[in-house]
Amino acid sequence: MNAGGAVALPRPGRGSTLSTQVRSLAGRAVLRTLRQPAMIVPSLVFPLFLLAVNSAGLNAATQIPGFPTGSYLTFALAVPFIQGALFSTMNSGQALAEDIENGFFNRLALTPMKGSALIAGQLGGLVVIGLIQASVYLTVGLAAGAHFEAGLLGVPVLLALSVLVSIGFGGIGMFMAIRTGSGESVQGMFPLLFVFLFFSSISLPRNLIQEDWFRTVATINPVSYLIEGVRSLFVIGWDGEALALAFGIAVALIVGSISIASLALRERMVRS
Amino acid sequence: MIGGYRSSALGIAWRSLHNAYTKPAILFPSLIFPLFFLAAFAGGLSAVSETPDFNYPEGYTTFVFGFVLLQSSALGGVFTGFSIAADFQFGMGRRMMLATSHRTSIVVGYAITAIARVLATWVVITVVALLAGMEVGGSAAEIFGLYLLSLTINVVALLFAAGIALRLRTLQAGPLMQFPVFILLFLTPVYVPQELLAGWVSHVAKINPLTLILDTNREFLAGQQAEVLAAYGVAVGLMALLGIWAVSGMRRAETAG
Repeated sequence: MNAGGAVALPRPGRGSTLSTQVRSLAGRAVLRTLRQPAMIVPSLVFPLFLLAVNSAGLNAATQIPGFPTGSYLTFALAVPFIQGALFSTMNSGQALAEDIENGFFNRLALTPMKGSALIAGQLGGLVVIGLIQASVYLTVGLAAGAHFEAGLLGVPVLLALSVLVSIGFGGIGMFMAIRTGSGESVQGMFPLLFVFLFFSSISLPRNLIQEDWFRTVATINPVSYLIEGVRSLFVIGWDGEALALAFGIAVALIVGSISIASLALRERMVRS
Repeated sequence: MIGGYRSSALGIAWRSLHNAYTKPAILFPSLIFPLFFLAAFAGGLSAVSETPDFNYPEGYTTFVFGFVLLQSSALGGVFTGFSIAADFQFGMGRRMMLATSHRTSIVVGYAITAIARVLATWVVITVVALLAGMEVGGSAAEIFGLYLLSLTINVVALLFAAGIALRLRTLQAGPLMQFPVFILLFLTPVYVPQELLAGWVSHVAKINPLTLILDTNREFLAGQQAEVLAAYGVAVGLMALLGIWAVSGMRRAETAG
């Protein structure tokens, strides 16, 4: 890889295996993200700002009968993990769209690179970003006084779930980028994804949501279960059902988003 | 001379409004964001009104509407700031400066745009809030006062965004216009009355000028005694300060050619 972050793919017949291609592209994705603070800082700062504001603004909600914890900070700390993952959608999509817009993608199409390597490489970058985000959220949350009922063993589970969710949403970003080929379009669709976050059990447990229509929407919204899985580690400790649902939905999201991204990639490769 | 000034401002406003209403990508966010917040807060958080010491007589939907009205007004001004940045980035701003003898008419034109855009947003969110069960205890005069106060905040946000847009003259300045306003908005008593805020936000909310505006909005809606003079004083003061900021931004744009 050169200083500009370009990929040095081995020539055909000289070890250009899928794993080499993935390593090269993943390295490039990680390096490019780390070199652009504008890509990573908002995904760290914005969720933490909202956490700080909401935990102070909604602390009174802990007095609602049946609220599962006495600390709204502990309850709300699950949200940045999912919010950060949503930022992965934009980051991965934006990066790939830039590659398409500036012609890098077309040049790659002339190399022996496989389409699956491109996707796996981008996902490698997402894993690193997901781990950084989750570690920061956990550290800041605990330092601010949140509880983590699952204890030390819960940390790798939390990190694994966060990374899976990041990959799942990142796949959606990649699909948008490949489909539209425009960074502006990816950015434009980003707020629509936030609808899923806000119409979920983000602010109150589902059983405490009073409006029937909102509770119904939150119940059929898969993001609610992702949040509740993460939240269970902070508030309850080990809740098998919540974790199974969260991991199941995260894996389904990955399979779904990567499948549509792969199909879109195949179409674009044919066009290139 | 006044006629020339007025026709320049109206011409700029007409062009910006035509752009906004013929391109859904420009209009859509300013309409959809307030509706989205209204639905998410009023629908998802209404149980919060059952916490002890939550004393707002008109219910949680009305309580949230006070914030959403303020937010839509402020973000309406900011979104018009995006149009200024785009016009100056792609050369339209320079042509406008060549065509007008009084360049402050450009800022006035954009202010008219911001007002016209926010009026449409208000119609939509007010109708939706009423359909969702918002109760209004304020008199006609108080409701007029509510919308007039919100209008000043729309202009305040426009002047703030214009100052940035005219200095940087690029759409990349979008976050610089949006984030400070967004942060100030959320450092008010968004979800509960100020007495129920906890921690550092309660201290920041006390000194945040938008808190007084938001409280007055809610008092107008409920027909309660409001600090009308203080709220209007703050709004007009902000307008004067940010008016200087916007006009000096115009001077910078002139200097830059």
